[in-house]
Amino acid sequence: MRNQARLGFYLLLTPLLLWLILLIVIPHIDMALLSLRERVGVGKYATSMANYGTFFGEPLYMWTFLRTAMMSVLATLITLIIAFPVSYYIAKMARGRTQSALFLLCLVPFWVSELVRTFGWMILLRETGLFSTLLQWAGLVDGPVEMLYNDAAMMVGLVYTSMLFMVVPLVTTLESLDDAVIEAGYDLGGSGFSVLREIVIPHAMPGIVSGSIVVFMLSLGNYLTPTMLGGKDSLWFTELIYSQFIVRFNWELGAAFGFMLLILSSVIVWGTLRLTGQTLEKTMG
Amino acid sequence: MIPSIPQSRMIRTAYTAYIVLFFLYLALPLAVVAAFAFNDSQFPSLPWEGFTWNWFFGEERPMIGVFHERGILRAIGTSAFVGASVAALSVAVGTSNAFLFNRYQFRGRGVLYVLMLLPLVIPGIVLGISILVFSSSVANGLWDSVKYDAEILRPGLVLVVLGQFSFITTITTLVISARLQKFDRTLEEAALNLGADRLTAVRTVTLPYLMPAMIGAVVVAFLMSFENFNTTLMLVGSDAPLTIAMFDRLKEGSTPLLNAVSLLLMLGSSLLALVMIAFQRKA
Repeated sequence: MRNQARLGFYLLLTPLLLWLILLIVIPHIDMALLSLRERVGVGKYATSMANYGTFFGEPLYMWTFLRTAMMSVLATLITLIIAFPVSYYIAKMARGRTQSALFLLCLVPFWVSELVRTFGWMILLRETGLFSTLLQWAGLVDGPVEMLYNDAAMMVGLVYTSMLFMVVPLVTTLESLDDAVIEAGYDLGGSGFSVLREIVIPHAMPGIVSGSIVVFMLSLGNYLTPTMLGGKDSLWFTELIYSQFIVRFNWELGAAFGFMLLILSSVIVWGTLRLTGQTLEKTMG
Repeated sequence: MIPSIPQSRMIRTAYTAYIVLFFLYLALPLAVVAAFAFNDSQFPSLPWEGFTWNWFFGEERPMIGVFHERGILRAIGTSAFVGASVAALSVAVGTSNAFLFNRYQFRGRGVLYVLMLLPLVIPGIVLGISILVFSSSVANGLWDSVKYDAEILRPGLVLVVLGQFSFITTITTLVISARLQKFDRTLEEAALNLGADRLTAVRTVTLPYLMPAMIGAVVVAFLMSFENFNTTLMLVGSDAPLTIAMFDRLKEGSTPLLNAVSLLLMLGSSLLALVMIAFQRKA
């Protein structure tokens, strides 16, 4: 019996280890090693920090890196601000059938590919698009307006794309907040604002943290939205990685870029978890 | 602000208006994509030139419909194949992981659990390039040492499947674990008392209980694979799945053909979602 249990344990452990070691751990170590390699001659390589030197030395790379990080933080904040009232409405104001219907409606756009959603925004925002035509028809502008290919359009796309990943954790945590607690807050003389600040937001913190982490990650790693909606000046860091790997075939530098992106996302995720006293197991699992 | 606390009418109306606006914002891009699939024009934009089915069924240039466009049909087939493979693999491994974490206490369990969650916080494009780098070094190593060309490790469908599997498995593991945690283990013990061996008990009692979660995980894995862009982009070879094929066309300039494909995608995924909800209800 004991032996059988042991056998079962190893049988279950094997696929997990194969998956994590072969597809996650070793590839990342290999990528780190590649990023430390410098080509010194034909088929000759030396270990050096040259690729990271290039990264920190070239203003375009550094600037794109910082800009991508800042814009992702901004996208996360905007998503949180838009999603919070909606999630609160679904969790606390709506009842019964309306509640589940509204929740399902929130999910619907995310059953279709990100490409389709981005395409929708292109149709809306472009020069011959719906908004431009509508504005002309209303007489607010004289000629066609191009609303695509700038930072604002990109931001609209990023926020739209990640909305679901903020709404779902928020609704889940807010639902577990007992109405009686809110009522007690009012009974004790709290105003709407102080109840929100001292009861609702602290209770929703795990949801806010996990939603923000996921949205930040999705924005940071996004390639499609910045490419399709962003303009010449809204270069995204993932576009640099793509061009080093696929266009320029400079894998060493591309691997260094990839590693920088990984470090940036890990630092921000870890920092957020530390600041709010959450753990990865609790927020994701 | 909850229904049992009185609020001024103005605040209430403003709040409701905000919610309505939000849902309009959610629906708008999808609605226009769907609507322009029926525009009788070369461009998915205004002016509206009249209603047509040609972008679905058209057989002649310049309006070849989805059902006669070989490239798109092939890409849909590729995506379906990749999605099915990823779903099967990730649900199998996910179920095994769920049992491992639920049933065994062992040294390193905490570390493995965190490691298992990590793929969710690694950007998709980084997952893609790391797998690309690793498989290429293995392939190059094989070529240098034994002159064997491991075609399978070069960018292509196998790598796409592995790349998507590497992070979708985390999600299937979480979905299946959540249900397994609610399982009452005395039911399994009852089966053992009645003379079943361990495997039979799991097969006849635990697995049927897990079935709704497993079916849910299959649907989620399939859809995530179908939609995936970032990881796939780095690993794709000559057979492009649908999202990549559409992306390439979109870069060249869009025709309502893409709207028609998108509308079909929306219908397909809502159908899958409905099937899943129906299953969850029954359970």
